Amino acid sequence: MSEAAFYPVLAEIFRDVFMRDVDLRPALTAKDVPGWDSFKQIEIIVALEEKYNIKFHTRELDSLHNVGDLARVLAGKIRP
Amino acid sequence: MTALYWLPDLPDWRSRLRGLPDDAAAAWDAAVPLANTRIDFIRTNALDETLRRAIGDAVPAGAIGKPVRLAILGSCTFAHLHAAIRVAALRRGLHATIYENEFGQYQQELAERGSALHAFAPNAVLLALDAHHLAAGVSSAMTNEDAAAALQETAARIRDCWRTIRDSFACQVIQQMPLPLHPALLGSNEQRLPGSRAAFIAALSGELRRMAEAEGVDLLALDARAALDGLNAWHDPALWHRAKQEVSPAAAPMYGELLMRLIAARQGRSYKCLVLDLDNTLWGGVVGDDGLEGLVLGQGSALGEAYIAFQDYARELSRRGVILAVCSKNDEADAMEPFAKHPEMLLRRGDIASFVANWGDKATNIRAIAQELNIGLDALVFVDDNPFERNLVRQELPMVAVPEVGDDPALFARTLADAGYFEAVAITDDDRARAAQYQGNRAREALRAAATDLPSYLRGLQMQLLWRRFDRVGLQRTVQLINKTNQFNLTTRRHTEDDVLAIIADPRAFGLQLRLLDRFGDNGIIAILIGRMLNDADLLIDTWLMSCRVLGRQVEPTSLNLIADQAVALGATTLLGEYIPTKKNGMVKDHYDRLGFRLTVEEADGTRRYALDLRAFTGAETFIDVKEG
Repeated sequence: MSEAAFYPVLAEIFRDVFMRDVDLRPALTAKDVPGWDSFKQIEIIVALEEKYNIKFHTRELDSLHNVGDLARVLAGKIRP
Repeated sequence: MTALYWLPDLPDWRSRLRGLPDDAAAAWDAAVPLANTRIDFIRTNALDETLRRAIGDAVPAGAIGKPVRLAILGSCTFAHLHAAIRVAALRRGLHATIYENEFGQYQQELAERGSALHAFAPNAVLLALDAHHLAAGVSSAMTNEDAAAALQETAARIRDCWRTIRDSFACQVIQQMPLPLHPALLGSNEQRLPGSRAAFIAALSGELRRMAEAEGVDLLALDARAALDGLNAWHDPALWHRAKQEVSPAAAPMYGELLMRLIAARQGRSYKCLVLDLDNTLWGGVVGDDGLEGLVLGQGSALGEAYIAFQDYARELSRRGVILAVCSKNDEADAMEPFAKHPEMLLRRGDIASFVANWGDKATNIRAIAQELNIGLDALVFVDDNPFERNLVRQELPMVAVPEVGDDPALFARTLADAGYFEAVAITDDDRARAAQYQGNRAREALRAAATDLPSYLRGLQMQLLWRRFDRVGLQRTVQLINKTNQFNLTTRRHTEDDVLAIIADPRAFGLQLRLLDRFGDNGIIAILIGRMLNDADLLIDTWLMSCRVLGRQVEPTSLNLIADQAVALGATTLLGEYIPTKKNGMVKDHYDRLGFRLTVEEADGTRRYALDLRAFTGAETFIDVKEG
């Protein structure tokens, strides 16, 4: 799957986690979204792991700085 | 698996959460049903956050029981579990306030009378020391003697904490069992190396179990759960390294459940009575149609053994104090017969404290059971393989627990156990005697319970009746139903395949197969209607039979509308109905009276003949949408 294909999925997970629509773009970081703290970060990660039945590598998690990184890592892990 | 899979899924959950009222009391009342659905940790957090915005920290008016003031004394991160603990309380209508010690300060806070912990004044304290903390300093380099001494020292330190908690707060003390998260050094015989951290935690867990009995401490057995679900479901080493979370966030809803069951049990709020359906729940088949010999029960088939295993679980529960009741749509005599006569039945009539078998709706009957046993509806758990009945009871009696048991009897017992309805922290002599107390000597109280709002339930079912003429595709099923249905069968005329083919070919007769769909799915072919013109004016209803699964859903008047249409199309002006009594079909004795037919003849053998003038007939309005298809 392409990176772009993950944005709708991410949007749904962000909406459940933050209980509002979050306008996702690649450059969006935790600092831009009120309430996006380390707990919410883990929620997002665990939600994705459950949804796709995958496990993120610790190194992958350390490389996440914005939404674009998340989509890139997902696109690299999940084959259509 | 840590999902709350026994709870029903709610399709419009998200919009219901968004629509949670701002008013504190109303928000609480609306949130309780949302908590009683199959929610994962994200929805659990969302529910908690939304509700707390509405109610703040105050105990809302609708909360029942004693407000829970839970202090968590731990050595690692718990903040990600608070929401799930509060929501597990909410699920029971209880309000919980949580205090958590400053990181790593639990012993100091316990010791200092002026600490925030003492100011909080908990009425339940959870001591939750993670396995890494407990095994700190233990090493395979230790001698066996040093390892044993370390074990005793750690156990004594925990016991001292318990005693301090009890002395300070005089409240329930809960010990969280450590997760077996240390990798093995030897393997299967890890206990031969007492300095192995895995062996140390295993030995400490044994010691904690022994001590807890002597000290009256309740255990939160995460280790037992991890054995069931797999350690990976509970613990993620990556999250331990990242955030010092011993319990994975995905397991949070189950964690909250396990903890709150213990607290609710101490408040006396566990469920007390298991109400059982019979057909396809305690045995395979429909006793009224299949007869005693036709039931799938006992040795000889995997399915039959699965029903026996479930009966065994129910009987074991009753022996430790859970009351058993039966709620079945059956003639009472049919329902009782297997209990008295089937050689493979484990449960006996004497095991059942309240036995209700009739054709009334199950919500009304469950009310009657609660009344007869003199216990609250919120003490009842209802097990039924039929989703229609489960949803009816859930809608009419939301305080009754109705697990999604599915229809595979092999999974019934585990589902009940996972749902934890009957959590108990002590077994008294009263519990052991209870089963006996409820046996016999109980006259049935009149079923004069409040009427159930069936119309609104039926409307919500979005029922569709699809009818089609007999055809070769459905031939086998048609013949099978004609020859197997005993209870809802007006004439019990048995027809062969050739007879059915003759009806298909006869232009002055009709045969209809009826299929019922609703929002829970397809109920399959549920009724067979056969009519034939006797002359130019009179149409005889030769056969009218129906599956008892769809009783009480307005299928009967809807079927009559169909028959009338077909009869008019053949030129009939009068419908003739017959009731021919058998040992099994007493339930439809008044069928035609209920539908407005006029009794014309009653014969000595009980056969009744009826007529209905089609020229004066207007079809009944029902909640069923009728289509050919």
